[in-house]
Amino acid sequence: MSQHILLRHRDIPHLDRLEVYQQHGGFEAFRKAVTSLQPTEVIQVVKDSGLRGRGGAGFPTGLKWSFCPNTIWPHYVVANADESEPGTFKDREIMESNPFQFLEGLMIAAFAIQANTAYIYLRGEYWHIGKLLDQKIAELEAAGLLGEGLFGTNYSLRLYTHMGAGAYICGEETALLESLEGKLGQPRLRPPFPAVAGLYARPTVINNVETLANVPPIIQNGAAWYRDFGTDKSPGVKIFSLSGHVNRPGNYELPLGTTFRELIYNYGGGIPEGRNIKAIMSAGASSTLIMADERALDTPMDYESLVGLGASLGSASVIVLDETVNMAWLAQKTTHFFKHESCGKCTPCREGTYWMTHILDRIVAGKAAEADVELLQAVAGQMQGKCLCALGEFSILPVLSSIQKFRSDYLEKVATPSLEVQS
Amino acid sequence: MNALRAQYPEEVERILAKYPAERKRSAVMPLLYLAQRAEGYIRAQDLRDIAEICEISITDVASIVGFYTLYYDQPLGRYHIQVCTDLPCALRGAEDFLRQLSEKLGIGVGETTPDGLFHLEEVKCIGACHRAPVFQVQGDGEIVFHENQTVETALAVIEALREQARAAKGEQA
Ligand SMILES: Cc1cc2nc3c(=O)[nH]c(=O)nc-3n(C[C@H](O)[C@H](O)[C@H](O)COP(=O)(O)O)c2cc1C
Ligand code: SF4
Ligand code: FES
Repeated sequence: MSQHILLRHRDIPHLDRLEVYQQHGGFEAFRKAVTSLQPTEVIQVVKDSGLRGRGGAGFPTGLKWSFCPNTIWPHYVVANADESEPGTFKDREIMESNPFQFLEGLMIAAFAIQANTAYIYLRGEYWHIGKLLDQKIAELEAAGLLGEGLFGTNYSLRLYTHMGAGAYICGEETALLESLEGKLGQPRLRPPFPAVAGLYARPTVINNVETLANVPPIIQNGAAWYRDFGTDKSPGVKIFSLSGHVNRPGNYELPLGTTFRELIYNYGGGIPEGRNIKAIMSAGASSTLIMADERALDTPMDYESLVGLGASLGSASVIVLDETVNMAWLAQKTTHFFKHESCGKCTPCREGTYWMTHILDRIVAGKAAEADVELLQAVAGQMQGKCLCALGEFSILPVLSSIQKFRSDYLEKVATPSLEVQS
Repeated sequence: MNALRAQYPEEVERILAKYPAERKRSAVMPLLYLAQRAEGYIRAQDLRDIAEICEISITDVASIVGFYTLYYDQPLGRYHIQVCTDLPCALRGAEDFLRQLSEKLGIGVGETTPDGLFHLEEVKCIGACHRAPVFQVQGDGEIVFHENQTVETALAVIEALREQARAAKGEQA
């Protein structure tokens, strides 16, 4: 794309400076919302834009904002900046290089649900970003864009950062809230949903960083403008984090509905050393493997089309796997991730991820028999639908899809026993 | 007397001001980072101080330390060298990078250099997959990313930290 909507810093130098951001229309949308729109009108524009959550679940953003009951106060907004899905590094670029657009989106969300306090929950590893956002927030307070009685109205708003400390599960919104309350980051049982009983049991909206960064241009330019991008059911643009076996890994902001082929070959420069592509993961480690045949490569990357491939868009973290990758090894890798990150609250996930790593370690080490592949499949199958949160369900996706679509990779491992077994 | 509060009076107040007065428990994570800043790990005394400030039990604070990977309950080394070998990085040579770095440093993963300065760790994705090999250095109350690394550049980073520690020690003496 020639002009970016989210990664605008790539077109405008020094956009991370307040005066430059304001020279380019920054905080006009927030001012407009606070001084001339009703909260319900803000919510309506976001609903009409068709914006869906970019954190993974794809839930319609305006609809989410409309759920907060006006009978319980105060309301809170929490920005999910936990970004820990392997292969995801998009929120980071927004916050590092276009921080005010994200903050403005968060501020508009707060106004829309009449929250006077909003938190930004960052993964601990983004320490430098936490420091940077603290500075930017202080600048906004000094400039009168945050604080009491904004623009002469009686609306007040404060923003605070909160650092996580190394736990992928804290990206799950209810675990995030527990963590923000100073407890172990373990998911809550639902209902109640955060919109009704979230932070401190108050109505809370939780949105991903990228979702929020979309909001200022939508308020500024209108829902119809936003719908010019993307597809009918998946309007707008998306940042694809491209990693793995590509020549030019990185973030690419593209309209939803761009094909895998365009992303991987046009933007990503194709596979290194002219090797062949074997599979694609579209949602980081939490992916069903997609066999990279012609049909898959020509599939538009939007919420609906990926479901058509039996996969999902998730956070649009596209990991490219070339022909040198053995998919049993890949499943071992992702399973170790999920085992490490399982919060331990429910048995199927805690025990299941443990056993899956155990079996996969043996398979990859060449110490297993074909029956172990069936055992692995059985363990994964027993977890399905029984986990308390999506982490457990995600953990079985690469396992089951690799066995189903790349069984020969497993057979190769079990058919070549290591020396230890032979002796 | 609360030693943490005495040592960092302004920081403690700034942290508490972020959360509603009746929700002091929310301050536990930032207070743990604060307590860890000086020594690189959380001491029994810190647990007591934080429990007192947050008005929760010492066991509650200890369980938080145990749950999150960036808090330590023992001194493992002043700088934690955390190399990512998660899937996207592994596809771009991170496992080899870690192996070579480990050899050059003369310590295995999970071990500390004899001078007590560096603890080598293997970590999950840190959000820098497009710039593999990558590692972060946790220490002195900071976490710093080092991206697009080679074994040579990594060793240079480590040497610079060693120099920095030596200089700081000289100042103290
Ligand atoms: C295990 C797990 C990890 C998650 N990690 C993140 C994350 O790092 N960032 C994020 O925005 N959403 C993450 N989510 C999704 C959140 O639960 C939630 O749906 C999202 O923050 C809502 O924001 P959105 O509607 O703007 O996408 C995760 C979900 C699960 C189950
Ligand atoms: S599925 Fe896993 S991560 Fe989720 S609550 Fe259960 S143990 Fe915790
Ligand atoms: S996999 Fe290493 S930084 Fe993401």
